[in-house]
Amino acid sequence: MTSLVLGARTPGGVRRPRRRPGRAALRLLPLLPAVVLMAVFLAGPVLWSFYGSLTNQALTGYRAAAPEFVGLDNYTALFGDGQFWKAVVLTVVFVGASAVVGQNVLGMALALMLRATGRVLRSVVSAIVVVAWVLPEIVAAFALYAFFATDGTLNNVLGWFELTGPTWLITFPMLAVILANIWRGTAFSMMVYDAALAEVPPEITEAASIDGATGAQRFLRITVPMIRRAISTNLMLTTLQTLAVFTLIWVMTGGGPGTSSSTLPVLAYQEAFKFAQVGYGTAIATVTLLVGAVFSIVYIRVLKPEVD
Amino acid sequence: MRLQTALASAGVLVLGLAACSSGGGGSSDDDSTITVAYQKTAQFHQLDDLLQKAKTEYEAANEGRTIELVPIEAEQDQYFTKLALMNGSPDTAPDVIYEDTFQIRSDAAAGYLLPIDDYLADWDDWDQFLDTAKQAGLGDDGKTYGVSMGTDTRGLYYNKDLFAQAGLPTDWQPESWDDVLDAARTLKEKLPDVTPLNVYAGKAGGEQTTMQGFEMLLYGTDDELYDADSQKWITGSTGFEDSLGFLETIYTEGLAPSLDVALDASVGARVASELLPQGKLAMAVDGSWLPGGWISGDNAWPEWEDTMGMAAMPTQDGQDPGFTSMSGGWTLAVGSQASDPQAAFDFIALALNQENSLKYDTENSQIAVRSDVAEDPEYLGYNPSFEFFSSLVEYTHFRPATPDYSQISSTIQVAAESVATGQADAAQAARTYDDGLVGIVGADATQAAG
Repeated sequence: MTSLVLGARTPGGVRRPRRRPGRAALRLLPLLPAVVLMAVFLAGPVLWSFYGSLTNQALTGYRAAAPEFVGLDNYTALFGDGQFWKAVVLTVVFVGASAVVGQNVLGMALALMLRATGRVLRSVVSAIVVVAWVLPEIVAAFALYAFFATDGTLNNVLGWFELTGPTWLITFPMLAVILANIWRGTAFSMMVYDAALAEVPPEITEAASIDGATGAQRFLRITVPMIRRAISTNLMLTTLQTLAVFTLIWVMTGGGPGTSSSTLPVLAYQEAFKFAQVGYGTAIATVTLLVGAVFSIVYIRVLKPEVD
Repeated sequence: MRLQTALASAGVLVLGLAACSSGGGGSSDDDSTITVAYQKTAQFHQLDDLLQKAKTEYEAANEGRTIELVPIEAEQDQYFTKLALMNGSPDTAPDVIYEDTFQIRSDAAAGYLLPIDDYLADWDDWDQFLDTAKQAGLGDDGKTYGVSMGTDTRGLYYNKDLFAQAGLPTDWQPESWDDVLDAARTLKEKLPDVTPLNVYAGKAGGEQTTMQGFEMLLYGTDDELYDADSQKWITGSTGFEDSLGFLETIYTEGLAPSLDVALDASVGARVASELLPQGKLAMAVDGSWLPGGWISGDNAWPEWEDTMGMAAMPTQDGQDPGFTSMSGGWTLAVGSQASDPQAAFDFIALALNQENSLKYDTENSQIAVRSDVAEDPEYLGYNPSFEFFSSLVEYTHFRPATPDYSQISSTIQVAAESVATGQADAAQAARTYDDGLVGIVGADATQAAG
């Protein structure tokens, strides 16, 4: 090591600028394995899916054996399809209601309340909330299907009070899947915010209250700006997770009735694997990817942590 | 009930991953092992029974060879998807495939199946198969891709006990759709706790919605899906819209099962093993194989013979020939990537010899396609419903045999579900179908109804 450092020093300051390009390349060398891995396992599938969306690949029939390159035909068809736009709206509603509002607000509320309670209650409540997060998605999905089904838990409980519940999954499919996703995902936001709140120095909040700030003012003017980075990260993560939710919706409603809860992932699956149009389905998946990218950019820009 | 769907979807993902893993060591690469992919569900165990028996016999006769049975536990729709994904990679492609006749042309075109004409030429039993059964195994190129296991017809089941309670005749044969609707309305009025009539209309039901549901209506009108003479698909037909109208009527008037049941992937299984046996459903348009599940197995229902009546499905207004039915059936086929096609074919020949065909056709209520089975007294005496369902053969129709059919079938399911849920009326749904159809086959391959 020493000789290396010395070797770097000996040429002196004069010659250093000229050698920079080679050195920079050498310094980047250790990054190469990581970059290659990212390219192969992340960029590769993305590019492959984009290529797939430009073909008319099918699951069966002549186009399964010999798919043709069709250019942007899939996208033209997609943007002219009312079903697709409905799926976009449903996806935005689903993400907005269950992730951005539901999981984040509820997660923050729980985190704040838990900080104000005693240790026993705190561990009991967090344990209960975290159970939903610990369950594998398929198990959680089936549990929620059993809960919302027509002769399921919820309607049975309503029955004790002489109430007849509606057919939740048929009459209110979006409400059911949104509630289900909030139930499942809140624990994540709660844990993130709990950790972030623990980092807020109590002196600052104390100083603010001595200066006469109310609880709401302390929260909005002191706490929120201080945990802004956690909020931004959490919003991004929950948004992307929710954008990708498939199992939950597929198990609970199958995208139905009709197309009432077909979000983009469900629509992509149906087109690719039910209607056997893999190329078209891939086009939907690619659009979903772009929607996710747009959300991420917006979060990073809007909630950009300034120097602090 | 959606658990099955979910598990199937999860399975599809796993298979997708399996297809990604690189080759070598896959059991299908091993020349001495023949993998057999087939469908198995709680209600459909007869094929599993047959293949288990054939496996024992084959392994005893061919020392050193192994049959690996790969049951795919999924409803029909997911079964097709999983098969297609398995066929996507040489490592997972099965040697012997349980294949629906309507998928043959499509999967042969995709290169998943192997033509077996050369092997059939050396198989003496092939002469026993009826011509219609031989045709069912043909691909677009005129080569044979599958050996028929049996065929089926479809009709109207009705519960005589419920009919008696509602004051309807227990020896019943409707003459038109209106007769069916009248009976359903009477049942709804007299027996409010009973679902009067099931006609499949859910997307999740897959081909059963198209064939047992929609096509049982459409082929009783003056229109069809496809003009075999001009080889064009028909758009804008009155019959198409009327058939959707029938579904719209029964679902909006509450004559059909509630949507949570009707749109579930498991609706077919529930009708056969739960709703009909428990007297919760009075009438059902369904396939001739249902008694197979009632005669033996986990859902045996010995009283079915006295309880269930069977009627032919009437044409729309009773027009000639008065009744209608649809026929399909399944085959065993050799996968195009089979390592030893002769061995794979030998297994099929063994599984569908006279003895085994007899076992399968009786236990699964199939209409025999081997003449030596159809004439066997044991076959004729096994199931009292055989005579009735065989009598429907004269009214029966076959689905258009084109490689596009399976995709068009999905479009029909979308139309059916959209009227059942009230998201579209019959006319709108028919237009959506026409657009989808043109999108699949192109405007040149369609013609407006005359």
